[in-house]
Formats: sequence, C-alpha cells, structure tokens
Amino acid sequence: MNETALKELLYKVADDQLIIGHRNSEWTGMGPLLEEDIAFSSMAQDKVGQSQALYQLLHELGEKQPDTIAFTRNADQFHNCQLVELPNGEYDFSLIRHFLFDTAEAIRFDMLTTSSYTPLAQLAKKIQGELRYHTMHANTWIKQLGSATEESISRLQSSLDKALPYALGIFEPSPYEQELIAEGIFAGEEALKAKWTEKVTEVLSQTRLEIGDLSAIDPKFGGRQGKHTEHLQPLLDEMSEVFRIDPAAEW
Amino acid sequence: MYGGGNTFESVKFEGLENEDPQKLAEFEARIERGEKIEPHDWMPQLYRKQLIRMIEQHAHSEIIGALPEGTWITRAPGFKRKLALMAKVQDEVGHAQLLYSAAETLGKSREQMIDDLIEGKSKYSNIFNYPAFTWADSCFISWLVDAGAIVNQMANARGSYGPYCRALERICAEESFHLKYGHHCVIHMATGTPKQRQMMQEAIDRWWGPMMHFFGPPDKVSVHTEVLMRWKVKMASNDDCRNQFLDMYVPKIWELGLTIPDPNLRKNPETKKWEYTEPDWDEFKRVINGDGPCNKERLAVRRVAEERGKWVRQALLRPKTEYVTPLA
Repeated sequence: MNETALKELLYKVADDQLIIGHRNSEWTGMGPLLEEDIAFSSMAQDKVGQSQALYQLLHELGEKQPDTIAFTRNADQFHNCQLVELPNGEYDFSLIRHFLFDTAEAIRFDMLTTSSYTPLAQLAKKIQGELRYHTMHANTWIKQLGSATEESISRLQSSLDKALPYALGIFEPSPYEQELIAEGIFAGEEALKAKWTEKVTEVLSQTRLEIGDLSAIDPKFGGRQGKHTEHLQPLLDEMSEVFRIDPAAEW
Repeated sequence: MYGGGNTFESVKFEGLENEDPQKLAEFEARIERGEKIEPHDWMPQLYRKQLIRMIEQHAHSEIIGALPEGTWITRAPGFKRKLALMAKVQDEVGHAQLLYSAAETLGKSREQMIDDLIEGKSKYSNIFNYPAFTWADSCFISWLVDAGAIVNQMANARGSYGPYCRALERICAEESFHLKYGHHCVIHMATGTPKQRQMMQEAIDRWWGPMMHFFGPPDKVSVHTEVLMRWKVKMASNDDCRNQFLDMYVPKIWELGLTIPDPNLRKNPETKKWEYTEPDWDEFKRVINGDGPCNKERLAVRRVAEERGKWVRQALLRPKTEYVTPLA
C-alpha cells in the first residue's frame, strides 16, 4: 500500500468535511426558517463527525491526534478544496454550494466503499448512509427554489455561476492519481468528476437553472496543495481560538 | 430549554366578567379534576391570551438563547465540545419549533409571533441580553441557565394546556443531556489549569446577577396570580423556583471549589430556605424594557435573519393552500 498517496487522499477528504461542516454550523440561529437552521446543523454535525473519523484513520497511520490535526494547523497545511472555505454568503450561495459539494462527496464515498484500504472502505459505508440524507435535502431545495419565483431562480443562477469554477476545483488531480487508481484505493478524480457532472446536470434539468458548458470554465485549483483564498485562515483562527489558549489542557 | 414563560409580563387582566359563567365553571371543574385542555375545547379569552403570550415568549427565548451559545460553536475547543455544542444549540432551535407549533394551536401564526419579536412587542428571557464573553460563559449557560430553565419547565409541564405540556415533556427529555454536557464542561474548567479555573470563576461572577434575575421578581400574590394558578397556567411562584434552583445547584458549584459572589448566600437551617442578597431589580427592569447590554444586538441579528430569509419563505408559498394549524 502506498501510504503517502493514501494519507494525501485522507487529508484532503477529511479537511473538506471539517471546513464545510464548520461553515454549515454558522447557519445556527441564522437560517431563513427554523427548519433550515436545524437541517444545516444536522449536516454540520455529520460532516464534522466524519472529518474526525477520517483524522482518526490518519492517526492510526502514525499522524497526530484528531484534535491536534484539526485545531493546530495553519491554512497552508490544509488540503480542502477552496469551494468549502468560501463564506456562507446568502442562503442561495450556501444552498448551491451544498448541492454541488455534497453531490461530489456522496459519489466520492460511494466509490470509496470499494477501496482496497479496508478501514476506509468500512468508514465510507457508514458515511455513505449519512450523506444520502444530505443530497436528498439539497436536491429537494434546489428543485423547489430553482423553479419557484423569479427572485429565487435568478439568485440561484447567479450563485451557481459564481460557485462552478470552485466546484470544479474539487477535482484537482492529486500527484498520486495513478498510484491510487493502480492500487485500488480510489478510482480517481476524473472518474468522480464524470459521475458528478452527470448527476448535477440531471438534477438541474428539473429546474429552470442553466449549468452551461463546464469545459469552458477555468477550475479554481490550489486548495489541494495548501493554496487557499483569504477566507480560510480567519476561519481557522476562529476555530482554534479557545483551543490555542492551552493546547495541552483538557477542555 | 431556556426560559420560563411565567417570569415575564402577563396580559391585561380584564374581561373575565364577560365569560359565560356556566362554561367557565365547567372549564374550571375540568382543570380541577386534572384534565388537559385541548385546542378545540372552550376556554376563557384570558386563558387563551395568557397562554399564547407565555408559550410565545418561551419560544422566543429558545431562538434568542441560541445566539450567545451559537457564537461559541465555531470556537469550541476540540471535536468533542464542537459536536456536542452544535447538537445542543440545534436542540434549542428545535424547541422553538415545537413551542411555536404549540402556540399556533391557540390561533396565532409563527410569522406573527416572530414579527412581534423583532418589532420588540414580545419579550424573551432577560438573561440572553447579557454577553457571553468567553468559552466559560457558554459553559455557564449550558449548565446553569439550562438548569434554571428546567426548574421552571418541570413545573409548567404539569400545567393544564395539553399541547404545551406535551411539548415540554419532549423538551425536558432533551434538556437532561444539556445539563450533563454543561456540567461536564464546567467540571473540566474548574478542575483544569489555573487559567481555565480563573475563566470559570469570572464567568460565575459575571452571570450570577442575571441568574438570580432569571426567575423573575419576588412574588406578590395578586388576584391575577390566584386565577392563573387555579387555571394551572402559573404552576410555581418565582421565589419557589429560585429557591429550588439554589437548593439543587449552589452545593454543586461550591463542590467544585468555585465561589458565588454573594456573601449573604446561605441556607437557613430552620426555614430550610435560601437567604441571599436581592439582585438589582432596577437593572432587571431596565434590561427587560430594552436597555441591556445586548438587547439591540440580539434583535438586530434576528431581524437580519428574517429579512435575508424572506425570499426563501416567499418562494415556498403555495398560494392555493390554506393555513392549517399544526398538530400538537
């Protein structure tokens, strides 16, 4: 087993889950209706819990404790895609991001259920079950708001246009694509992107939203190599504000 | 669970003489027998109004209370606390949802209630007009504010209005976990590093006054109170709730080596009642009437959330469907 390739994969997936979970949790008390507050909070708990479980796999491969990994690194040590670190913005942006990102992660974990690295395959089966509800939530809302009023449609369309380059950044190739595919650890970003495109297009075709020509979009890469927007470091500073008072203390 | 509806303002007590005396007598006899009143049963206007106000204020307290604690979700130290606090605050928002539904059965829609909240026409628990400066403040809220609320709510759960009682039973079941979470956090702070211990002590010093205010001003038994108690709307006096809270939690605070900023606080061995310095009731009045450290900020956050979410709610409207009161 190529451990370097495996760790790189685990870090980027875990970091994605932590950062999107953190962003989702920022909707607590702020949602457009109580039911959405509660839904985003549920998804936040799942995603942060999933990141913890993935960091635990890394810990079992010799990396530091999950709390240390999550709460003490700086932005340039994070491998999440830039899409998840962008601020929540208005509900239309959060919803579009939720739809684009969660569709990709749900497919990714479906693919990982057959990973040759058994601990990851087992964890992916559990996560797959949780993510089913996240994509069900996203699809329901996208279909509803993407076909409702002029305002809801134009808001979602403009957020979709803004989010797509970042969404394509999810599939930034790893330096270890070939190794991961060859060893059966993960079937690769290209395969994931193809399935994602099909699914996203299928859902959007049931709305009045236009996805356009994806091949004409310049993807926002860099996140997987530790290059981030100006939004990630402040998020991490906030997240670790209390932890850093005394990282050795038990809170 | 955040606030007890019975500690805020009551409705204007008038019009009772216009009620049908026979129906009123039957209504009171049912309550006397321990029966629950259900949404479609006959009830005096005053009963309806007082319950709407009380349940509505309780619901508002849940969503406003989610704000001071919610700001610590993104800062919670470590996975365990982050996950638990998210779940805890989510519960509180869920309680608001349950309570708004219970109040809706009495004829006021959630939208009207939230409008009254952001226009300042409807109150919520006063304690959330104080800021949560540090992580230790959020620990204080999770443990002791929730504990105080449980004292109120356990009493109210024995009240006469069916939908409110059923909502409170579900709420209380979740609350027991909040209490354990909050206590666990405070134990770690109080027995941790000198810095953690200092943070926790400072939080107690800051929050003790508002905590004493939490149960409302000292009891003045009036004709109104008697009627509300006979109707099982008001189930326990403010002083009784305060005393019960002190009895249950002061020993637990002292046990952790923390101090309480009131030199007169002691349990009188003869009366078995707690004696304490009266908190500043002028401050209580000032804050509940809008002039506290965070009143404007709390309502502004809520108002912005409502305004930003308006297009979503509009997009969900089905013009042909009729309003249906929720089941409760």
